[in-house]
Amino acid sequence: MDMKNSSPRRTFFTQASAGVALLALAPGVRLVDLALARAQDEPASAAQRWGLLVDVDRCVSGCDACVSACNTEHGLGDSERPQTDAQWIRKVDLVDHNTGRQLSLPLMCQHCEEPPCVDVCPTGASFRRADGIVLVDKHTCIGCRYCMMACPYKARSFIHEDLTGQKTHAPRGKGAVESCTLCVHRVDRDESPACVEACTDAGREALVFGDINDRNDPLATQLAETTTRELRADLKLNTAVRYRGL
Amino acid sequence: MIWGDLIERGCKWLSRAMRVVVMTIALSLGTSVIEAYAEVSQPVFPSARGEQCVEPVDIMRRDHFEFLKHQRDKTVREGIRTPRHSLAGCIDCHADKDAQGRFVPVNAKGQFCQSCHVYAAVKIDCFSCHAARPSERVSQSP
Repeated sequence: MDMKNSSPRRTFFTQASAGVALLALAPGVRLVDLALARAQDEPASAAQRWGLLVDVDRCVSGCDACVSACNTEHGLGDSERPQTDAQWIRKVDLVDHNTGRQLSLPLMCQHCEEPPCVDVCPTGASFRRADGIVLVDKHTCIGCRYCMMACPYKARSFIHEDLTGQKTHAPRGKGAVESCTLCVHRVDRDESPACVEACTDAGREALVFGDINDRNDPLATQLAETTTRELRADLKLNTAVRYRGL
Repeated sequence: MIWGDLIERGCKWLSRAMRVVVMTIALSLGTSVIEAYAEVSQPVFPSARGEQCVEPVDIMRRDHFEFLKHQRDKTVREGIRTPRHSLAGCIDCHADKDAQGRFVPVNAKGQFCQSCHVYAAVKIDCFSCHAARPSERVSQSP
């Protein structure tokens, strides 16, 4: 085996001509999407800004498909002490005491354009990727937890104990802070986050993932056509997660 | 005076004798230490999958961490996920299987990473966070 000469599958598809890409190779293979994929050796670009739309009217109290999918995807919540388990998504139930209206919504890292967690991080471990995904570089995180205090959404978790059985695509360990990565490993191979997929599979379709900057993207179209809200819009963080029906 | 000279001579003789004894002990100890070192065998580890590593072996032995560190920043910060110098790529090729056909962690005793790191007395910190077995999606490399 000579890895130098190996051509990754996605690179092949990316480099394939449009004519070849339009051919149907197998049922269910979306060649157009593959042809649009970012090459494996290409960095994330500021041309995109990945975001989420949460349709609160479609989100159901008691359903935690998104939370379970997130936990399974990243190997969260396996410890014997659930009190200290990391929570990348929380389901929040709200009641308007004036009207009695009840709401349920998922709350996770809002992937701010002006993230307070990045502002306060003393080591540069909290950072915002070119395509808008806010992440923790756990190699440089010293576990000071300033970001946890700065985050208005309480989206981050600290890992208190040694972990075992981590997933290859989701390295996690004691002493570092972590939060929703918008399933960056899936996004990098042109897939939707696990929570979005689970919500769709559960028949709710309350979560829409896409590129806010791409006017033709279903997410951008919905953001343009309907009224959506940022949580704590007063902070002017310009979040990439928007809520409809709130 | 005579008694004084005698005591002085006696002390000198004693100190010489002590020196000889100490030197003898030191020499014998040194020899045994060298012998002990000679008994430390080169690390033995399972052979990797595939025929050739991503870089020549002598370069990998010396610089693998430089490659990994460079790649980790590219992956985490920029989203570049080429398998060539990725830790997951290393594990895909270097993880061995047990008798039941299950992957053994590369940091387990006698395995690829652990055996050399024990020999070199260098602690590996990768696997407190990173998976030490190939993922179910195996594998990024052919």
